[in-house]
Amino acid sequence: MKIKKPAIAGTLESSDCQVTVEEGEGRIELSLESVVINQFGNQIRRVTYETLERLGVNDVKITIVDKGALDCTLKARIEGAVYRSVGQMEHLPWGGAVR
Amino acid sequence: MINAVGRDIPEEILEITGKDVFRGNHYFDGKQYKKHGPTTTCVINSNGSKLVSSIHDVLVKCGIRDGMTVSFHHHFREGDYIVNMVMEEIHKMGIKDITICASSLGKAHDPIVPYIEDGTITNIQSSGVRGKIGEAISNGKLKGLAIMRSHGGRVRAIVTGETKIDIAFIGAPTCDDYGNCRGIGGKSNCGVLSYAISDARHADKVVAITDCLVPFPNFPAHISMTQVDYVVEVDAIGDPAKIATGAAKPTKDQRKLMMADYCTQFVVNSPYFKDGFSYQTGVGGASIASTISLAKEMKKRNVRMRFGVGGLTKPMCDLLINDQVDCLLDTQDFDQDAVESVKHLRHFRISAGEYANPFNKGAVVNKLDFVILAALEVDVNFNCNVVVGSDGMITGAQGGHPDTAAGAKCSIVIAPLLQGRIPAICTEVTTVTTPGESVDVVITDYGIAINPRRQDLIEAMKDVDLPFKTIEELRDIAYSITGEPEKVQFTDRVVGIIESRDGTIMDVVRQIKPFEFTEE
Repeated sequence: MKIKKPAIAGTLESSDCQVTVEEGEGRIELSLESVVINQFGNQIRRVTYETLERLGVNDVKITIVDKGALDCTLKARIEGAVYRSVGQMEHLPWGGAVR
Repeated sequence: MINAVGRDIPEEILEITGKDVFRGNHYFDGKQYKKHGPTTTCVINSNGSKLVSSIHDVLVKCGIRDGMTVSFHHHFREGDYIVNMVMEEIHKMGIKDITICASSLGKAHDPIVPYIEDGTITNIQSSGVRGKIGEAISNGKLKGLAIMRSHGGRVRAIVTGETKIDIAFIGAPTCDDYGNCRGIGGKSNCGVLSYAISDARHADKVVAITDCLVPFPNFPAHISMTQVDYVVEVDAIGDPAKIATGAAKPTKDQRKLMMADYCTQFVVNSPYFKDGFSYQTGVGGASIASTISLAKEMKKRNVRMRFGVGGLTKPMCDLLINDQVDCLLDTQDFDQDAVESVKHLRHFRISAGEYANPFNKGAVVNKLDFVILAALEVDVNFNCNVVVGSDGMITGAQGGHPDTAAGAKCSIVIAPLLQGRIPAICTEVTTVTTPGESVDVVITDYGIAINPRRQDLIEAMKDVDLPFKTIEELRDIAYSITGEPEKVQFTDRVVGIIESRDGTIMDVVRQIKPFEFTEE
C-alpha cells in the first residue's frame, strides 16, 4: 500500500498510543516515544515493522507516541492510520492484512 | 558478592561503604553494640533565650560548615517547606558537600535539585525520593551515593552512630521559646513528630522551626526542650492543605475493590484472625478498601482488634471511634481525621524507633499479626521493589515496608497484575527492597499466591474458596498479556544503595542509560 496523505489514529490516553503516518522517503522511518520504552522498545518496533509488512507498506514515515498500549492496540492503531491515509474506510481485509 | 536475595553487590561498593551484604532477616539477632551519644551544649544560664531570629543566624550559631550532615523529618509530606527553606540558606552561604539525612523526600523538594547539581548537596540518605530528586539521582547528578533506608533502618543508622547528624531541623506545628515541640495544633498540624524523635536524641545541634510560637510550657511535649538548642519562628513551615489532606474517598475502582475483598477473605480465614489480633495497612486505594471491608467482617464475626499501627488514615481511626480496636499506635497521619484522632486517649504516639528499629530491644512491628502492603513489582521469589520504577528511575520510598513485612506474622502485598503495560509480577524485580523471606502472600486481580515458605498458610487455606495460583502462574498470565519485558539498560555506575533494615546492602541502584534499540 502507498501512503497517500498524512493520517492519525489513537489517543494519548493511558494504555493507548497515537500513530501518525506520512508519505515516506523510500523506506520505513520510525520515530518512537513510549512510557515503557525501556522494557518494551524493541518489541514495539518489531510489532510495528511486522504490521506494516502485513499491510504491504514499505515507504512511510511513522510516528508513535505510546502510553503503554498492548500489542493488539498498537496493531489496531497502525492499521487504522494506514487505511485512513489511503482513504479506505470500507471493505477492509478482516482476517487478511487486518487481524 | 552475592547476597541472600541473589543480588551481586560490587566489591567496590562494599569497600567504599564498609558495609556487608544482606545475609537474612535475623542475621544480627542478639547483636550487642554501643549507642551513639551526641555532643551536647549545656544551657545553664537562665538569662539566655533559645529564640534565634532567622534560619541564617541559626546556621551560623550551629557552626554550619562544609561536609556537615543535616536532618529533616517528613511529617509535612508534600506540604513541607522546611527542607527547601534551610537548604536555600545553606546554598546562599556557599556551603558545600552537605549530606541530607531525611526521613523521606518528595516532589515538594524539587527546588533542591540545583543544589545537588552544584555540589551543595553531595550525599542523600532517605527512605526514598520522588519527583525531580529521584530523576537527578538516577541520572547520576549526585556526587556521592544515595542511601535508601527503611523507617526502622534510619533510626538504626542514627542510634548506632553510622549516621552522625550535625544539625537536626525539626518542623514543629507548635513550639515554645524553650524548644518544647508538639505535632498538634497551629497552622501546620501534622499530629505526631515520630520520625524526628531519634534526630532530637542523637544530633549534636537541634533546631526547632515553627510558625506557631506558644507560651511556655508547650506540654505534653512530643520533643522536649532538653534536646533542643535553638528555636526559629518563621511565617510558614508548610502548606496545611498538602500536609493532612481530606480523607481519601473510598475507591470505586472495581479491580481494587475485588483485591480488597480477596485480602479480607484471606485475613479472616487465616489462623491469626481472632480476638486480640493486630493490624497495619498503608494508604493505597486497595489497602484502605480492605480496612473498610475488614471492619465489617470484624463486626459480623464479633472479633475485636487489640491494636492498629500506622501510617494512619480515617478507616483505621474509625475502628477506634466505633470501639472495634483497643488502641492505635501512630507514627504518621495521612489525613485530617487521623490528625484529629491523635487527641483520643487510646490513640498513642510512638517514635519511628519504637515502631520499627531492628536494633532496639524489640519494636512494635515484631508484634504485628497482619500487615497489608503495596509494591511496584514482586518477583517469583516474592522479593518486592518499592523504590525503583520498572523504567529504572528512582521513584518511591521504602517507608516501613521492609520493617513491617519482616515483623508481621502474615505480610500481604496487594498489587494489580498490570499497571498499564507494566507487569507487577515478574521474573526478577528491578531492585530488591524487601526480601522474599518477609513476604507471605501476594494478592492480584488475577489470583492470590502464597509464598511456598509458608506451607502452614497454604495448608490453612486449602478449603478456602479464593483464586489461589502459584506466583509463576501469575507472572505467566501477566507476560501473556504484555509480552516479556526486557531488562532496563543501566550504566555500570552505582548511584545509590538499597540498605537493608540492619544496615547491610540489599541491592544497588545504577545510573540509567538512554534507551537504544538492540534489535535490527
